[in-house]
Amino acid sequence: MAATEVVQETKRPPQPPGLLKWIRDNLFSSWGNTLLTIVLLPITVFILFSSIRWMFVGADWRVVTQFPLLYTVGQYPRDEIWRVGIGLSLIIFMLGASWGKWGGLLRSISIAFSIVFGVFALLPVQHPELDLGMRLYLGANVLLILVGYWIGRIQYLKGGHIVIGWSITPILAILFLSGFENSSTLPAVGTTLWGGLLVTFLLAAGGIVLSFPIGIALALGRRSSLPVVSAFSTIFIEAIRGVPLITILFMFSIILALFLPSESRIDRLVRSLMAVTFFSAAYSAENVRGGLQAVPHGQIEAAKAVGMSNFQTMLFITMPQALRAVLPAIVGQFISLFKDTTLVVIVGINDFLGIGRSIINSDPEFMQLQVEVYLFIAVVYWIFCYLMSLASRRLEAAMGVSSRL
Amino acid sequence: MTETTTNEVIISCKGVHKWFGDFHALRGIDMDVHKGEVIVIFGPSGSGKSTFIRTLNRLEEHQEGDIIVDGIELSHDVRNIEKIRTETGMVFQQFNLFPHLSVLKNITLAPIWVRKWPKDKAEKVAMELLERVGIPEQAQKFPGNLSGGQQQRVAIARALAMQPQIMLFDEPTSALDPEMIKEVLDVMVELAQSGMTMLVVTHEMGFARAVADRMYFFDEGLIVESGTPHDIFHNPQEDRTKLFLSQILQH
Repeated sequence: MAATEVVQETKRPPQPPGLLKWIRDNLFSSWGNTLLTIVLLPITVFILFSSIRWMFVGADWRVVTQFPLLYTVGQYPRDEIWRVGIGLSLIIFMLGASWGKWGGLLRSISIAFSIVFGVFALLPVQHPELDLGMRLYLGANVLLILVGYWIGRIQYLKGGHIVIGWSITPILAILFLSGFENSSTLPAVGTTLWGGLLVTFLLAAGGIVLSFPIGIALALGRRSSLPVVSAFSTIFIEAIRGVPLITILFMFSIILALFLPSESRIDRLVRSLMAVTFFSAAYSAENVRGGLQAVPHGQIEAAKAVGMSNFQTMLFITMPQALRAVLPAIVGQFISLFKDTTLVVIVGINDFLGIGRSIINSDPEFMQLQVEVYLFIAVVYWIFCYLMSLASRRLEAAMGVSSRL
Repeated sequence: MTETTTNEVIISCKGVHKWFGDFHALRGIDMDVHKGEVIVIFGPSGSGKSTFIRTLNRLEEHQEGDIIVDGIELSHDVRNIEKIRTETGMVFQQFNLFPHLSVLKNITLAPIWVRKWPKDKAEKVAMELLERVGIPEQAQKFPGNLSGGQQQRVAIARALAMQPQIMLFDEPTSALDPEMIKEVLDVMVELAQSGMTMLVVTHEMGFARAVADRMYFFDEGLIVESGTPHDIFHNPQEDRTKLFLSQILQH
């Protein structure tokens, strides 16, 4: 009995609850703190109040709301815009299927997409670009996510099938978007007409998906015992890292065209994608290499002691631990890649930011409304970057980066 | 002493030399190990005892002399090395479990990918081994959530899963808290009594006394003295052996 009494005695005393305590502890805990609060509080309130007033009274958001299609797909021919829709729907469907198969974070993403589509489908405003057809399309995408989910739940559908689906989907979507030279149903649409979020996502997603494996290969190459492989990787990484992205973009979009024969001209969007990919790959390689170095040597010895080959050791032991260790750095690299895609404006590609600029420049009236446009663009970038960092944190938690040593 | 010793020589070392740069770590080691024997190797730190057992599965490469394990000569041939590694299990001082894999996957990984066993067979064997080392309930946990003693027992199960002919132990209890040493030694004693050929680098003289067939005292890269535990403890011939034993048995 005595023991339990002692335990009760040492129990943590109940904390005085409430807002007042929080205010006292955080805003008025000392003379200096109190002074700081008194000075900063009115300033904060003033800034908040005037920003909110500007947003609802002063700002003219027509420059944003008038051109939703321009912001999303750029100059893509309006008659062919259904092809962008099909491309998007393919990806939406795969998203739903992945949600059904794996759940977790994909569930949140699917639900978020459904909500956004649903809200736009039911938005109670008159808008020429938000006609009945568009509303039906948006609503259909919500259904498509659910159909995908239902298909993903099917027992005999394995994770491998979904992965295959994901590797075919982007190719199909790109074929739909670009079309074919002599086709009447899918006439070719040159990439000069592509723009807006479409281009931003293509560059970012393409850059991330392609640069990651290249980065891993470069990291392994740099550590290789073969002198030629290691020298090539090192030179590649250091050359790319020593040059600003703008320079690389110029090199790929102008100089590359000079070297190659004119009939084998690579599309300029592809050239930008290559530039972004190689740039990101060099940085990813160094991140991965850092992770590889952090794996204790005992891990490799243990893998060898049970008879695993060098390749198996890398695949099952070293690489998973290395990637887990540097996941935050790699996601950080992807986030900066996403933002860096805005630099393609320099080589004449109208990405999301570029469209915003061209809208401003299209009409003297809009010149007055730059703040609205840039603020809108900033918020959209912020949302996607924040989603990526949120995804990274979820992934870290799932992989136990901090908990499992 | 165990009664499972046979006359068949399973490890044969002749004139093994090893240099780390200019440092001469092994200076001519000769040793024959018979099937089923339990060998305890002890000596001061830096004496080359760990280096020696690491040359047996070629985690360290020897530069001179011959090592023949289970009829296979250790050479530069990669296939030979991988073959020998599947025949020898190794347990490390720092456990070296794979932290990103569950206990069960730690054990089944090599049987599935190296031995090419089907997954259910590998898991069945793994569960039997976890039963044998006394922690079947930990199968789904991750190594980081286990105590040191449990981790080392998992490491033993991982090595045994490949069904090796020989088990090498490199100071298996040196990194453990005192109260966990016994649980690991118990598993090793049981293994020794089951007839496994074992080479154990350790200073646990109680273990040596209980199960060792022969003991080797290493110093400065040489075998200074060898003999049965009875000879070594009661009648050591060399002064260095006497001195070292008096130092570690003092307390």
